[in-house]
Amino acid sequence: MASEEPLFDPSLKKRKKKTVAFSEDPLGADADPTTPAPAVIDNLTTNGDAVDMGPTTVHEQMKQNGVIGNDAEETVEKEDDDFKAMFGDLKKKKKKKEIPLDLPEDNSGTSTPTVAPAAEDLDFSDLKKKKKKSTKKAALDMEAFEKELNQSKAKEAEDEEGGEEGVPEIEEAELGEDPFARGRSDRDYTYPELLHRFYAQLHASNPALLNSAGKRYTIAPPQILREGNKKSIFANVSDICKRMHRPPEHVIQYMFAEMGTTGSVDGSGRLVIKGRFQQKQIEHVLRRYIVEYVTCKTCKSPDTLLTKENRIFFMSCESCGSRRSVATIKTGFQAQVGKRSKNKTG
Amino acid sequence: MSVQNLNTFDPFADEGDPLSSTQDVGSQQNYIHVRIQQRNGRKTLTTLQGLPKEYDAKKLLKAFKKEFACNGTLVEDEEAGQVIQLQGDQRAKISTFLVEEGIPKGTIKIHGF
Repeated sequence: MASEEPLFDPSLKKRKKKTVAFSEDPLGADADPTTPAPAVIDNLTTNGDAVDMGPTTVHEQMKQNGVIGNDAEETVEKEDDDFKAMFGDLKKKKKKKEIPLDLPEDNSGTSTPTVAPAAEDLDFSDLKKKKKKSTKKAALDMEAFEKELNQSKAKEAEDEEGGEEGVPEIEEAELGEDPFARGRSDRDYTYPELLHRFYAQLHASNPALLNSAGKRYTIAPPQILREGNKKSIFANVSDICKRMHRPPEHVIQYMFAEMGTTGSVDGSGRLVIKGRFQQKQIEHVLRRYIVEYVTCKTCKSPDTLLTKENRIFFMSCESCGSRRSVATIKTGFQAQVGKRSKNKTG
Repeated sequence: MSVQNLNTFDPFADEGDPLSSTQDVGSQQNYIHVRIQQRNGRKTLTTLQGLPKEYDAKKLLKAFKKEFACNGTLVEDEEAGQVIQLQGDQRAKISTFLVEEGIPKGTIKIHGF
């Protein structure tokens, strides 16, 4: 922390820096959070802007806004409850995840604060809107599907993020060394203010943060038709398999083992499954297939190759190069269903 | 052979197939599998396979039947060993029951749609 101070100083206005009390001690970054604590209430009243920021940091505001946005979308799309929950969770997590990751970049950018705080706020809201729009563009059910696919991914991200939670605070305190552009430098800045400023600058300097959701792994929702009373047709198997870069036989084998049924592929490449299945159920099975056999366990990338060596399937990741064996697909115990006379073995 | 440290050990002895003991690598040999199977109409069947030896399948079945208010039976399978079969979709209930009885959740694998 202390070593970076000189980097910040030259670009900033020196006179203001002198007036800031805590900037002089070398451990300023560490000392910051403790000193302004008693002054919180005063600052809030004197500064109109701070009142708004008091209860929620930018971080939280973003989260809240994200949630509200989600609700709006959810009302549009009539999806299942669990979908919604995951949907909401994911948004929150993702935003959290993005922020701490790019902290180092920001340090360079914040040394030259050019935009006034109010303007920054505007920018910030714009960013949020952009993000929302971009998500809305996608077809709705596609979106839900892909989101749930990424759910596990997001969970991991959250875990990582938990470890990094401490980082932004320290960085932010360091930024507090340079006075606000408003010109009142003689008071101690509250933690929420500083945090707000940090995130505002972060997003002002690299706007890609909010809408760079990363390349999502999307798969068309399975189309399920009913053939007669007892058979379901999974129409776009081949398409989905192509998307996942997996041989259809493997996918079909997994599905049959998992659902405890049998079936066949008809002339036009559709899969005929014995039993009644709804789209939701097939989707669930597919999702598990993807988690198990498509996404890399190390880096969560879906760019993986499945190869078979000595009767064991290996999955190697294209992006991170990890390689692991995956469980063989095994059909478990199949109970006797239906008439015994129809069954040749029974 | 009272002094175990002096046992001869030939490091170059043929070990045989290293994968022979772990019968299928990357497989789910020690998982408890809970599966579901469709019957006619909206009826389903839940099967529980791979119960550890220390649990008495018969008693467990009795407890299941009482707890879940369903019928069930114990099926002997040459591959899977003893399999508990229950009427209806009892997968979630089985899972919670077993977890409450102290079986680690990671060893229970729920299949199906």
